Amino acid sequence: MHELSVCLSLLEQVERIAREHGAERVERILLRIGPLSGVEAALLTHAYPLAAAGSIAEHARLDIEPAPVRVHCIDCGQESEASPNRLLCAHCSSYHTKLSSGDEMLLASLEMSIPEEPSETQEPPAAPPSP
Amino acid sequence: MCDTCGCNITPGNEHLVRADGKHAKTADGRAAVEVLTSLLDENDHQALHNREHFDSQAVLALNLMSSPGAGKTSLLEATIEALAGELRIAVIEGDLETENNAERVRAKGVPAIQIATGSACHLDAHMVHDALHQLDLADIDLLFIENVGNLVCPASFDLGQHRNVTLLSVPEGDDKPAKYPVMFRAADLVLLSKADLLPVLDDFDPSRAEGYLRQLASSVPFERVAIRGDQDQLSSWLHWLRAEVAAQGRRRAAGKTARPSGQPDGPRLQPHAHAHTHTHTHTHEHDLGTERAAAAVSGQDHDHLHHHRHHHQGAPSAA
Repeated sequence: MHELSVCLSLLEQVERIAREHGAERVERILLRIGPLSGVEAALLTHAYPLAAAGSIAEHARLDIEPAPVRVHCIDCGQESEASPNRLLCAHCSSYHTKLSSGDEMLLASLEMSIPEEPSETQEPPAAPPSP
Repeated sequence: MCDTCGCNITPGNEHLVRADGKHAKTADGRAAVEVLTSLLDENDHQALHNREHFDSQAVLALNLMSSPGAGKTSLLEATIEALAGELRIAVIEGDLETENNAERVRAKGVPAIQIATGSACHLDAHMVHDALHQLDLADIDLLFIENVGNLVCPASFDLGQHRNVTLLSVPEGDDKPAKYPVMFRAADLVLLSKADLLPVLDDFDPSRAEGYLRQLASSVPFERVAIRGDQDQLSSWLHWLRAEVAAQGRRRAAGKTARPSGQPDGPRLQPHAHAHTHTHTHTHEHDLGTERAAAAVSGQDHDHLHHHRHHHQGAPSAA
């Protein structure tokens, strides 16, 4: 049950990135989470509004893309789907596999509204054309 | 204690944090930024910092995890006694409340720092960092971090440790690895604790427990320990400890470090660190792991394997 602390950690990152880009609002947050990460997507979704209240990302849409559990077999070289507690190769039944997907707990991307104020940013390419 | 306390952003990860050059616009004009950092980025930075600190002081740090009551503190007490005069040990204890565990460890004559987590169900890298301020690591070879008793949350938080040790006690039942795959996948060593109860709790089948562990694609050692009865019941554990301390000394000499083998996200985000772990697994455990796992899955004789394992572990551990 550490989804709230995961959310708080996520928001620290989101707020920092938003600040660095001079954003006024975070509109959408995309996460990628696999079942072997130890984080439950549904609980994260429930915890998010509590953690985000009053922050720049308060009204952001939180989208969570599930990552499938997949293993790469070291013995036969094939890739296959697996289940969280049975990470065996589906082709040759070897236990000698490496997880290729399924333990992700990633902040994949952010969408933000950034006000068009040239004085706010020092990046030359970001300066908008004058109206 | 730190050379650079508070330095969370390093040149190596700065690009991920800042996401420079990854600007793009969505159809409705919002700025879209690709980030691809772990949700526990802050924790992972602190853990990296802790690990550097352990390495700079030549300390091997082990994270001990299990259910509450699996025997972590009792095992530590017995281990401290067994290694007295041989290795200098310190302990960081995590519990929701009380100093009980730290007091038990101090009674054995080693320094212990108690972290009372309040209602938090796990230790994180920042809590461990704060505790480290109260320890002089220069006088320590081996640091045990006894995590909060919990088979769920502690598995997700890197503390900066080099290895994870997970205890499975006989009264818990032999299907725990199947029920808690995240925890058991994170282990570099699984200890079957309270093994002296096996004759009484005969519905616990050690080969079945090991079989479930192998189904998680884990080839780590699975060893029995018991603190009551003759001292031999700790020998495989003490052997593993000595080999890991020696391996840490060699890594330090070579300017390398180690991370737990099944650490979430770490391997894919940090290919360099992954390479060390990979080498360890293959040189040290590959062969015997293959045989044991195959046998565990197919239910072959365990004694033969046990014997074989000891033979292998006699060799110095590769790092």
